[in-house]
Order: sequence, then C-alpha cells, then structure tokens
Amino acid sequence: MTSTEMRPDYGVDHWSAPPAHAIDRLLPNRPARTWRDHQQRWGPLEVNPSEMGHLAGALGASALVGRGGAGFPTGRKLASVAAAVDRFHRPAVVIANICEGDPTSAKDQVLAHHSPHLVIDGALAAAAAVGADRIVFAMHSHSPAHSAILSAIAERPGATCVLEVLAVPARYIASEATSLVRLINSGDARPAGKLRPIWESGVAGRPTLVDNAETLAQLGLIARFGPAWFAGVGLLAEPGTTLVTIGGAVRRPSVVEAPNGARMGDLLACADAPATGWALFGGLSGRWVLLDEIADIGYSAAELAAFGVSRGVSSITVLPPDGCLLAETARLLEFQANAGARQCGPCMFGLPAIAADMAALAAGERTALDRLRRRLPVINGRGGCGHPDGAVTLAASAIEALIQQQPGHLTQHLRAGVCTAPGPVIPLTRNEFPDAAARSSRSLNTGWNTTGTGER
Amino acid sequence: MNQRRLGIDPIACKAHGLCADELPEAITLDEWGYPILSTGPLPPKSVRRAKAAAAACPVLALRLTTVKSP
Repeated sequence: MTSTEMRPDYGVDHWSAPPAHAIDRLLPNRPARTWRDHQQRWGPLEVNPSEMGHLAGALGASALVGRGGAGFPTGRKLASVAAAVDRFHRPAVVIANICEGDPTSAKDQVLAHHSPHLVIDGALAAAAAVGADRIVFAMHSHSPAHSAILSAIAERPGATCVLEVLAVPARYIASEATSLVRLINSGDARPAGKLRPIWESGVAGRPTLVDNAETLAQLGLIARFGPAWFAGVGLLAEPGTTLVTIGGAVRRPSVVEAPNGARMGDLLACADAPATGWALFGGLSGRWVLLDEIADIGYSAAELAAFGVSRGVSSITVLPPDGCLLAETARLLEFQANAGARQCGPCMFGLPAIAADMAALAAGERTALDRLRRRLPVINGRGGCGHPDGAVTLAASAIEALIQQQPGHLTQHLRAGVCTAPGPVIPLTRNEFPDAAARSSRSLNTGWNTTGTGER
Repeated sequence: MNQRRLGIDPIACKAHGLCADELPEAITLDEWGYPILSTGPLPPKSVRRAKAAAAACPVLALRLTTVKSP
C-alpha cells in the first residue's frame, strides 16, 4: 500500500503521530485532491489486515457513528461484518456510499471534492479490518464527487483491493443501503428489505459493509492516528468533528466542519444564517426546529435529542422569516411520495395519502388534520425500508410545530386556504442547491484543542 | 421457553389479506388492506392458527419466527 516499512509493533497503542498542522480534518483550507497533496498532509496509511484488526475497537472507543443519516455505531457494524466473514468463510465487500441522496445535504460532495483520498483511505482501512477484497464506490454520475473520486482512484498506487465504481441512478431511494446491494446484484436500484441483513449476505451473497463517505473519511483518520487523537476535539461522549450543510435562506450556503458540540449560534454564523425562525434539521426525513430555542445548545446528538431532533444527514435548511413550514412540508411530502420505490403498502399508498392530506391542510381542509393524526402512526415502522418513517417524522414534526408554536398561522390556512409566504426554499434537486462552499472550522475555535471535558 | 413472533416482509406483501382472516386477534388490516401485526410474542394458543395464516399467504410474506427467551 505504501512504501513505508511496516512496523511490527503497530497496534492500538501505537498510532502514528499526526502532523502538527492537522486542525481542519476533513475540509482543509487548501483542498488535498491529489495523492501527493494527500500524502504530504497526512503521511502514509498502512492498511495491513493484521493491524486493522484493532480498528473496530478503535472506532468503538471513538464513538464513531454513521454519518449517512441512521447514526448506527460504525465499530459495531464493522465487527458484525468481520464476524460474518469468519463464520461463512467468504471475503466481504465494502460499499462506499457517496451518493448523498438527500437534496438538502451537500457535505459528502464537498468532502469528496476536497479530500477524495481520505474517503478512499477509510474504505481501504475498513476493507482490511473486515476482510474484504472488493470496494465499490457508489456515486451518482455527474455529481461533484464522481470526477474527484475517479481521478483519485486512478492515481492511487498499489491498492490492496479491487476498486470499482458504481453509477447509481439519480433517484432518492436508489442510494439506500439495500438498494445499492440490489443494484450491484441485479441492476434494480430499489430497497431489498431487511429479512436477511446485508452484513451477512449482501453483494453476491457475501458479507457487505455499507458506509457513508464522511463516515469512511473519519474512519480513515482514526485508522491512522487512533482514538486519543480523534478525541482531541469535540465532546467526551461524542469526540471528533462533524460536517454540517447549512442552506436555505442564508447568505452563505456552506458546508462546515465543526467539533461535535460546537455552539449552534456559532455554527449558523458560519453561513451568515439568522439566529431566529424555522429550520429543517436532518433533511427530508428531519424535523422542524425554532432556531431561537437552540442557539445556545451544542450541535451534538445528545443535545439535539433533548429537543426531539436527530442529526440525520446533518443538514440545517433555514426558512426565511415569512416562510411557511406547512407549505414546505406539503411539498416535501409530495416529493417523498414520488421518490418512493412503491414496493410496500406504506410507500405505495401511505405516502401519497399523507402528502395529499398535508396539501389539503395547507388548502384549508380542517378534517385533513384528523386524517394525518390517524394515518401517521399506522404508516410508521411498517415500510420495506426507512423511507416511509422519514416522511412520517417530517409530517408529525410539522403538525406539532404548527399547533404548538404557530396556531395563528394554521388558523390562517384553515380560514383562507393560503398564506402570504414566499415560494419554497428547501431544495429538492441538487441543482437547486447553490454551490456550497466549504467553510473552515477555524471560526469555531471554542471546541478545538480541548481534550474532551464535555464542556465547550 | 421459546416465544413465537409474527414477522412480515413488507415488500413481498401484496395485501391479499388472508392472514387477517386466519388470525384476527393478532393481525388487522390498514385502510389499504396491508396487515398490521400485534407486537410482542404470540400467545401459545394462537400459534397453530398463526402457522395456518403464514401458510395461507399466497406470496409467503408472513413469517413465524422463534425467539429464544433469556
């Protein structure tokens, strides 16, 4: 993999020393797009399977969770795949998911554009750790990530695995983990259900690890420098950094790398976002949040959970002051209904029904609220994949926000059937998202260089 | 003692609805005809008819699984 000599004593207690300049981890001010730049920045990565055996434990110690939306602990995922490889005596397959299907999110595209080799590092380290001989980079053709990853793979010397690129159709549901597996196996990019977990039987019936681009980039750094380095920033319970896409009605749409637990107000200021008004947290399956209420909390899973919010795809999409979350939600639900694979009942009938209900509510139909209250819990948790659940979360959040925080606005809709809000701002295609610039996290110094006391 | 639970493959299910006829105490249908399963283990007296319900499904989307209790 590298020209550096292997150190026999390399293990959990023998991580490489990181370069002193390594402050901005995933999004350096000067992008490291070439192999040479990447090596100059981070030094060599040794991915010897016997060394990478420690990786699942190191990821657990780093409390790394998936950054694609579901937030599953990455170390546990790796351990499950590695165990299946041992049990079935078949090498695993690693899928690097760089599709970023949620149109409110741009972080993985910006990451792949800035630091493509970091994503490849992570995929190689994960492959060595689970015992995989094949890595598939799944991307939408013509996406910003596509060209960056392709040229990075081309100049990558002596990879220890077969590296492949998979062109994923530009549909929202096509990048769901089981969809990717099914696309490789049969050419059909629709969710395959979860009866047989892909970590046991995925690509060609082999144990399969699917990880998101940011997850792999973080994993690549942990494989290099270890959990203690990783925890040099961020919170004790949630060490390290995270990427956040801040878009919508903000002056500077941005992808920001911030330490976990960075103050929300500081984070929003990176994009010149207002500190008040409504924002959608976590993308199309996310929740509405009143920014006024969270300006002083930290951006961490635990602190957001106290407000009933999860990070999801880690996007924050801000509405203008006179924006209407009811109209936005109705539009998003219509998108969700059309984006579904229509294989299961909740997707085929449930999503169109609640999308129509939300549109009817916005048009002033009072009984639509009762239908939504009846239908949302029935649909929840019964889909072939998580897609219907995401739409239910969004719809329930909109109803709660309207009734508890904006009863006057809801009344206006019920009386007049319309409101005076300007057009929608939540992007539904990547083209609607302005070229997000990567913002240095240097402006968020509060969280840096504290060694995880849990304080900001 | 082992517990039996109902499981469904939502993608395979085509809303024939026969399962709810066989096992009304544990399976109801939503407004579109898709089954809603009761949560938790099946009472032992329902197990025989649950097997019949699984066998009755034309697309074999209903499963009866065994969960080892601790």
